[in-house]
Amino acid sequence: MFKSKRNILAASILVLMTVATLTASLWLPTSPAHIDPSERLLSPSGQHWFGTDHFGRDIFALTIVAARISLLVGIVVAFLATLLGTATGLIAGYYKKADAIVMRIIDGMLAFPALLLALALVAALGGNVKNIIIALTFAFWPVMTRIVRSAVLQVKNIQYIEAAKTTGTSDFVILTRYVLPNALSPIIVQGTFIFAKAILAEAALSFLGLGVNPATPTWGSMLQESQIYISIAPWFSIFPGLAIVITVLSLNMLGDGLRDAFDPHAVKQKRVKKVWPLWRARKTQKQWAREKEQKSVAENEYMGKEV
Amino acid sequence: MLEVKDLKAYLDTSTGVVKAVDQVSFTVKAGETVGIVGESGSGKSVLALSLMQLNPTPLTFYPQGEILFEGRNLLGLRERALRKMRGNEISMIFQDPMSSLNPIFKIGNQLIEAIRSHKKMPRHKAEAEAIELLQDVGIPDAERRMHEYPHEFSGGMRQRVMIAIALACRPKLLIADEPTTALDVTIQAQILEMLRTIQNKYGTAILIITHDLGVVARLADRVMVMYSGRIVEEGSTADIFYRTSMPYTWSLLRSIPRLDEAGQDRLIPIQGQPPNLVTPPKGCNFSPRCPFATPECAEIDPALTERRHGHRVACILSEMEFEEQKQLLEAVDRKEVLA
Repeated sequence: MFKSKRNILAASILVLMTVATLTASLWLPTSPAHIDPSERLLSPSGQHWFGTDHFGRDIFALTIVAARISLLVGIVVAFLATLLGTATGLIAGYYKKADAIVMRIIDGMLAFPALLLALALVAALGGNVKNIIIALTFAFWPVMTRIVRSAVLQVKNIQYIEAAKTTGTSDFVILTRYVLPNALSPIIVQGTFIFAKAILAEAALSFLGLGVNPATPTWGSMLQESQIYISIAPWFSIFPGLAIVITVLSLNMLGDGLRDAFDPHAVKQKRVKKVWPLWRARKTQKQWAREKEQKSVAENEYMGKEV
Repeated sequence: MLEVKDLKAYLDTSTGVVKAVDQVSFTVKAGETVGIVGESGSGKSVLALSLMQLNPTPLTFYPQGEILFEGRNLLGLRERALRKMRGNEISMIFQDPMSSLNPIFKIGNQLIEAIRSHKKMPRHKAEAEAIELLQDVGIPDAERRMHEYPHEFSGGMRQRVMIAIALACRPKLLIADEPTTALDVTIQAQILEMLRTIQNKYGTAILIITHDLGVVARLADRVMVMYSGRIVEEGSTADIFYRTSMPYTWSLLRSIPRLDEAGQDRLIPIQGQPPNLVTPPKGCNFSPRCPFATPECAEIDPALTERRHGHRVACILSEMEFEEQKQLLEAVDRKEVLA
């Protein structure tokens, strides 16, 4: 999958962002918590790359640190929603009776727009990181259940599943060793999309004032605070917004890339590229030919004996 | 060992109840090879899946009958007990070896898993056993090929692997549902030969289901002919092929080319279509297509009765009547060919 430049770019942006936000306290020139009333709403300059906000805080530092909450929420929600969605999807796809019950619940949940459901849950539970994660997991796992279920339905009737049954394989083993691996690619792809959606949703919740404690900077809360200053200090809005766009775009690109990598039909359309280094390619081809020859010799010998 | 008594397996479809298997009784003794022959839709596969209890439920139901395997009725068993039995005592191989193996695991792992699912043994021991199994089913260079994926195997080789997996736990009965239909003729011959060697070594009884009379003639000790969910003739292979006593079997044999009879250059098909199993015809199911049919045939449903030792036939014609009519029909055939 790392053959395409787009995937490498997307993955390196995400890795860079994660590393930068986790090690922020080691290299940031100014602390994001440093308040200086004399430096309010300064435009970007050599000292403050992204300018300053209405408290005189450095927006570059804030944007970097705010990535922690966004990425944390995104990755945990993606993980939990995938876990829950995969479990329910496998059961719904494999057992007809469970399907009727599980899917009606899922359909009910899908009837609400995901963000509205999350909004209601956060409003009821109270705004902190844990509750946001719970709310967003609930909002996003029904989609995963549907996707896993349809993948299961596709592989369920292939003969090797039935062949496995004739050797007395238990349902659990069939689900985990036969069904799940064959449904893995849509799960991974959907997982990255949930990651991106969760980051967007977290920003939206913070923007609406339902996010984490206002003292903790997040991209969404920064956008909200910047609203009233947008005409005099546009950089205050632009940079956190840009951070969201870049992160979500990278995740979507990665998701698309993963889908292409997993989709066997996409392989055919790929251009044959010059393999570097060339000598290595030639060698493997030779090896391959030799192996094939050995195989056919062995089979021929055998058939000569038998027939 | 296996005794099926008056088994009925019906399918509850939207167009009505399909009588896929209707009043079927037969036995399979230990170490024996029994063939079931019939055209498409005659209920062969439903019968095979009934023996494994793997017909889709609740679509399929069994209104009557018993499947006794070593004295235990499989129809009353719980899923857990059935799972223990599948693979361990009764195994099955399918028609299409191309889609019967899990494409994402190596052959060796699939074999080892099959062995270890019923027998508790350390992995290296199961591995040694898997290699031996692969050698037994005639896969050259078994040790290396254990580490290959299904797509690296040809169709014939894959069917061998399937047979190895089916034999992993030394089952007492192997059900082979059209095991060679998807393979070309030379490979077919090799597989059948191999099945016979395997049977001698492991003492497994084989129930072979096919529409290919040649396969049955080559492999089976006894043959059952199925038509529209019923057994219409049953006997030793010689009985079926040389002392045919049922019009359907006779028509079937007449419709395939023979190497030992010159002068006939046109095959004679069976007229008409197989009956609709939702509303089977009154009387004998074969009567609408039977060249021997009398008005009585549309009224009386003949039971499967024993003619000679072990040779059972479901037809109201006596052996003499059948023989006379047969010669008459064959004479007509020859004249037609001459003209």
